[in-house]
Amino acid sequence: MKNAIGREIPETISGIAAIKPFAGAFTAVPEMARQAPKVKIIKPTDRKLVDSLVEVFKKIPVTDGMTLSFHHHFRNGDGVVNMVLATAAQLGLKNLTVALSSVFPVHAPIIDHVKNGVVTGLDTNYMSGPVAQAVSKGLFDKPVILRTHGGRGRAIECGQLKIDVAFIAAPAADEYGNLNGVEGPAACGSLGYAFPDAQYADYVVAVTDYLGEYPLSPISIPQTRVDYVVKVECVGDPKGIVSGTTRITKDPVGLKIAETAAKVIQATGLIKNGFAFQTGAGGASLATAAFVRKMMEKDSVVGSFALGGITGYMVDMLESGLFKKLMDVQGFDLEAIRSLSTNPNHLEIGADFYASPFNAGCAVNQLDVVILGATEMDTDFNVNVVTGSDGVIMGGSGGHADAAAGAKVTIIVANLLRGRLPIIVNKVLTATTPGETIDVLVTERGVAVNPLRGDLKEKFLAAGLPVKDIQELKQLAEKIAGAPKAIKTGENIVAVVEYRDGTIIDVVRQVEG
Amino acid sequence: MDLRRSMLFIPGNNPGMLQNGGVFGADSVILDLEDAVAPMEKDAARFLVAQALRTVDYGASETVVRINPLDTFAAVDIKAIVPCCPDAILVPKVESAADIHQVVAMIAAAEKPDQTPVKIIALLETPCGIVEAYHIAKADPRVVALALGAEDYTAGLGAMRTKEGTEIFTARTIVINAAAAANVQSIDTPYTDANDEEGLLADTQLAKRLGFKGKLSINPRQIDVIHSVFNPSLNDIDWAQQVIHAIRKAEAEGSGVASLNGKMVDLPIVNRAERILHLAELLGLMGGEK
Repeated sequence: MKNAIGREIPETISGIAAIKPFAGAFTAVPEMARQAPKVKIIKPTDRKLVDSLVEVFKKIPVTDGMTLSFHHHFRNGDGVVNMVLATAAQLGLKNLTVALSSVFPVHAPIIDHVKNGVVTGLDTNYMSGPVAQAVSKGLFDKPVILRTHGGRGRAIECGQLKIDVAFIAAPAADEYGNLNGVEGPAACGSLGYAFPDAQYADYVVAVTDYLGEYPLSPISIPQTRVDYVVKVECVGDPKGIVSGTTRITKDPVGLKIAETAAKVIQATGLIKNGFAFQTGAGGASLATAAFVRKMMEKDSVVGSFALGGITGYMVDMLESGLFKKLMDVQGFDLEAIRSLSTNPNHLEIGADFYASPFNAGCAVNQLDVVILGATEMDTDFNVNVVTGSDGVIMGGSGGHADAAAGAKVTIIVANLLRGRLPIIVNKVLTATTPGETIDVLVTERGVAVNPLRGDLKEKFLAAGLPVKDIQELKQLAEKIAGAPKAIKTGENIVAVVEYRDGTIIDVVRQVEG
Repeated sequence: MDLRRSMLFIPGNNPGMLQNGGVFGADSVILDLEDAVAPMEKDAARFLVAQALRTVDYGASETVVRINPLDTFAAVDIKAIVPCCPDAILVPKVESAADIHQVVAMIAAAEKPDQTPVKIIALLETPCGIVEAYHIAKADPRVVALALGAEDYTAGLGAMRTKEGTEIFTARTIVINAAAAANVQSIDTPYTDANDEEGLLADTQLAKRLGFKGKLSINPRQIDVIHSVFNPSLNDIDWAQQVIHAIRKAEAEGSGVASLNGKMVDLPIVNRAERILHLAELLGLMGGEK
């Protein structure tokens, strides 16, 4: 069957319960109650601190077929996922599902656990590195589920991603299970992506290498939801967790795109007091923030909040009075950690608060503008951030589809030519974010506006911006680089791409080799 | 009128930059075969730049190629580049009218029969070049502009190059004056600290006050600042419109003399006003009728 954006979705997919095709960004209506985890009792003399992962596995007990969840705040410095899965393998467990909010190169040992039958399912929002490559080549027997950050929060809250045990890597914990991300050698800042896990898992285990005095302060995840605390030698490598400083790109083309994007935002008229903004931490996205900042300073604009992954750059804007608040679901650098732990206007929020479509209101709904990237975009404005030019999985939505759906204006910044490849295609290989939620594409050679947003096009033309039809931009790119050949994929479905509302927006098929 | 507010150097041995040179909105792109290219890479760069001229769309930007000096690879460069139809050649280290005559002969020999004549911009970057500025500007009708290269020039003087630029003041004014006398454009030396936006602004404002019509640029990030200085301000445009209005009024009344705010409006003033309005029109800065 074809879904609302014309993607072919099989009627049934092995390992997936019920296939609901994507029907439109705001079409699905939830008809369920929230997931209710086990009710707990703990007596005054009971202790939560256990000596080892093996012991905690036995106490719970962790059994074959369970779903173990993890957050990705330690990024490529994470030690906890590998440690926990090694314990599972050591205890002879089989058929586990790993629900890890993002998979990084450091998680390569998962591949062997899959080959040995320890792990048979993967549920994630983003993956890069050896696991992603292996998944593309058919590592798993059943498809991996790729969600959005908000969609994961929703799936947990609605009981569609039922977590048996959440292992929460905690930079700091006390013996009674209060956790935060701002202290200890593996400080990572916000623990937002672990919040839904802590709320809805049947069991919650904190894994830490830093025990603070009871009661820990600040508390990000409270003792009332944490069953056990395991102290280990080391939870992760700080070098892979945070960067020292986040730098703005010096690439002239990236800067050109960023500057144009800032002018696009200015032309929307949204840069005024109360401005709410989200941008990524990389390349042209952060540079856009720098140009937007200049505009805000020039016109003495005080924004309401900046949202999403927080960098030192956004912290500086907060401290300079350009934004009143930061809403932080994930911190990227040391400055973000310092600010979160000292500034009451720097708020730590969970993945569901950030972006879940099925609650009484998430933060992305309050955004004026979001700046996002793309690896591919088609002439219907559908965006791919999952597969690369070779068809191999190299990313995932993360918060992409969430922020795009929520913001008043969603802007994609991308080089029209990435290396030798045009970014605009007739049909993206993998649709991640539907075109109806994308408003503008900004490239170094012009700006394309979604035909649904005639209002914006008029504003941009009035502002003298280089507005072009998306077909025209596509032809321009193809004139320079030629039209790329379509990527050949096999029949086997290696991943299903779930839209934030739980419907299936696309599938990823196996690549050769 | 050829608009050369900004002339952006693009390294001739960098395919990515050659491909993207047109996206930065510079009035001219200078595909560089000289300083940006190491001696070992001259051949490759020449080939790349020739291909770029044939295939890359530089949009509204004028295409200029900086060749190597006459005493090195100028002849090979011209032979390879001129048939690819650049708008102009930037000749480095020009020191005399004879240098220009030599370049003109080589260009003429390399041009295809139906080709639009390739223009010449002379880069003056030695004390001798500065002394000969006027003769260089007048040497041939192909010469459309003089540009100042202050780094080599200061080395030639034995002076220290500073951000304030006191040491190049004389050279700047000589180049401007010679160019004006020969009715060609004068283009200022680049500001070499790409990270110092305030310094660039001050240096460009000084260049404009002295009379330069544009500035060389070594980084795409500098283009907007340079344009912001060389673009006519709203006050400029307003003044120019009043001048033209006064002239038309005087003509309509049959009076030979026009005046504006008690000052006589003579030909040089009218010329300046016309230039501002023409520039404003080219740049789309003209609003509705005043």
